[in-house]
Amino acid sequence: MIRLPLGFYVEKGVDWLTNNLDGFFGGIKYAIESIINGFEFVYVSVPFVIMLILIAVLAYFTAGKRTAIFAVFGCLLIKSIELWQMTMKTFALVTTATLIALIIGLPLGIWMSRSDRLNKVMRPILDFMQTMPAFVYLIPAVYFFDLGPVPGAVATIIFAMPPIVRLTSLGIRQVPSDVIEASRAFGATPKQMLFKVQIPLAMPTILAGLNQTIMLSLSMVVISAMIGSGGLGDVVLKGISQMKIGDGFEGGLAVVILAMILDRVTQSIGKPKNLSGGRK
Amino acid sequence: MIKLEVKNLYKIFGSTPHKVLEMLKKGKSKKEILKETDHGIGVSNASFAVEEGEIFVVMGLSGSGKSTLIRCLNRLIEPTSGVVYIDNEDITKCDKAQLREVRRKKIGMVFQNFALLPHRSIEENVAFGLEIQGVGIDERNKKALESLELVGLKGYEKSMPSELSGGMQQRVGLARALATNPDILLMDEAFSALDPLIRKDMQDELLALQSKMQKTIIFITHDLDEALKIGDRIAIMKDGEIVQIGSPEEILKHPANDYVKEFVQDVNRVKVVTASSIMKKVDTIVYSKDGARIAVRRMKEANLSSVFVVDKQRKLKGIVTIEDTMELIKANKDDLSEIIDSDINEVSPDVLIGDIIPLFINSRYPVVVVDEERKILGIIFKVSVLAGIMGGGEEDD
Repeated sequence: MIRLPLGFYVEKGVDWLTNNLDGFFGGIKYAIESIINGFEFVYVSVPFVIMLILIAVLAYFTAGKRTAIFAVFGCLLIKSIELWQMTMKTFALVTTATLIALIIGLPLGIWMSRSDRLNKVMRPILDFMQTMPAFVYLIPAVYFFDLGPVPGAVATIIFAMPPIVRLTSLGIRQVPSDVIEASRAFGATPKQMLFKVQIPLAMPTILAGLNQTIMLSLSMVVISAMIGSGGLGDVVLKGISQMKIGDGFEGGLAVVILAMILDRVTQSIGKPKNLSGGRK
Repeated sequence: MIKLEVKNLYKIFGSTPHKVLEMLKKGKSKKEILKETDHGIGVSNASFAVEEGEIFVVMGLSGSGKSTLIRCLNRLIEPTSGVVYIDNEDITKCDKAQLREVRRKKIGMVFQNFALLPHRSIEENVAFGLEIQGVGIDERNKKALESLELVGLKGYEKSMPSELSGGMQQRVGLARALATNPDILLMDEAFSALDPLIRKDMQDELLALQSKMQKTIIFITHDLDEALKIGDRIAIMKDGEIVQIGSPEEILKHPANDYVKEFVQDVNRVKVVTASSIMKKVDTIVYSKDGARIAVRRMKEANLSSVFVVDKQRKLKGIVTIEDTMELIKANKDDLSEIIDSDINEVSPDVLIGDIIPLFINSRYPVVVVDEERKILGIIFKVSVLAGIMGGGEEDD
């Protein structure tokens, strides 16, 4: 059996890209870095107490009383184990990755819902992006963007984008055909149909996609600490490499708390509000 | 005036419809074509014209092509061949923008499963057509309210569709179609998803609304009773073809073929056949000035026990019986006006048999059919009512 030098070609290709498109990658790196730094600056410079209140209010109005109480205790716990800054750093990375995934993923999903051909082309690509072991993205990301938070964010975007693309497309395709027919019968243009009928009706599905994208970016952010993205991933990584079980556990716990708050809040957006207590 | 006209309309589903169209025109049957080419025939050579203000019902069982036909009228489905004129404009030649204008301004549509937008309030649903046209929010909400009032849903503006019953949701569907004030309403099995009682209400309400609005309505249904009740004219479809077009009575009395005949045999004629089609011509009448002796002679000649009395203008005055007239003669009087019994039942020619039957309960006289000036058009005996219900060969003579 002939050994196909697939890895070799990939290496060559990546080499070529780094040599010839250096300026391009430099630009992207600069842009992403600015966004991450911007978010981080905001999150870190807002005093803890104010941030706590903001989170509690947001949780209360989206997900209800229980989540708000949980969020407050969770944040206090993170603060008391002295991981608040690290958490905010991770949160900035997640925010950036999710934002960029949304900016690319939403239009792509809408386009996929309207073109069967693009749908056919994109499905294997999305499968690839999602199932390729996440670590594999780290290597080319480092090649193109050096070490630091930017390659981490890029790897995160690639890994976390498929759900929002898929579910946007799915949501729009699942809008009942009789409603589509009715709006055609009343003379809606394709644009009116999209913004007045399809997107509003697909919104719950699109939001489910957003929720998954956020969760995936959070899980990837920890892995990307291996290439120096910093934040909570760093804490966990140090715990592992130095066999400090306690530190590792604390870092992991902070990730879990952040994930739970983000999950509950994003899951509740767009659902009927229930302020009197937890969800039924 | 003709509002909408369809000429030689075909719809063939499949990859090469025009090739199949030629086969169809050469006389191949639907089954042969499906077998040989895997193309389905939706509508085959449909032609009809609908008058302004008319309710034109297209009736057929599922798969007969009626839903395809109605969608060809506003090109939700593109016809394969043929033309559709609305106000003498050929809809099949419109480009996309022109077609949108026609859909926005001229045609309203009501759907079987309501097809309301679940994320919008009732008011926003009804205003949808106007919103699409770019009408400002105040004006479109005002029109939506008017439209909701028409269908009897005032006060539900802020509710959501899911909070309303099926019948109410379809009222919203109707209000939405009316809000843009179109000339033509396309109603695709609009009442088929409703409970029988609600359905009857909606039919009555549609007829009441129609008497006010005078829209041109194309109504699709698979229910013959519904078709007969609301249709001014009915087109019966089978396998994509229109097999008969006619008024409800024409279709009942002269079915075009065995298919239609079989279809209409179970119809409840009480609700369809009218007084005019079962009445008998009146050969014998007496003018009030004629006097008792002439009246008796006429009755004896015609072998009758009573006779209707009219005045000089042939307007109905009442009825006299032979017994009363003989009494009068015995008393040596001649003026019929003393004994005229004016307690008789009069109906206009378009009254249904169902409404005539009860009139016989308290009266021993036949029912008189009169025109607006109370001139006698004919009379109905109990026997002819029964014959009308049974669908026997009771022809106008």
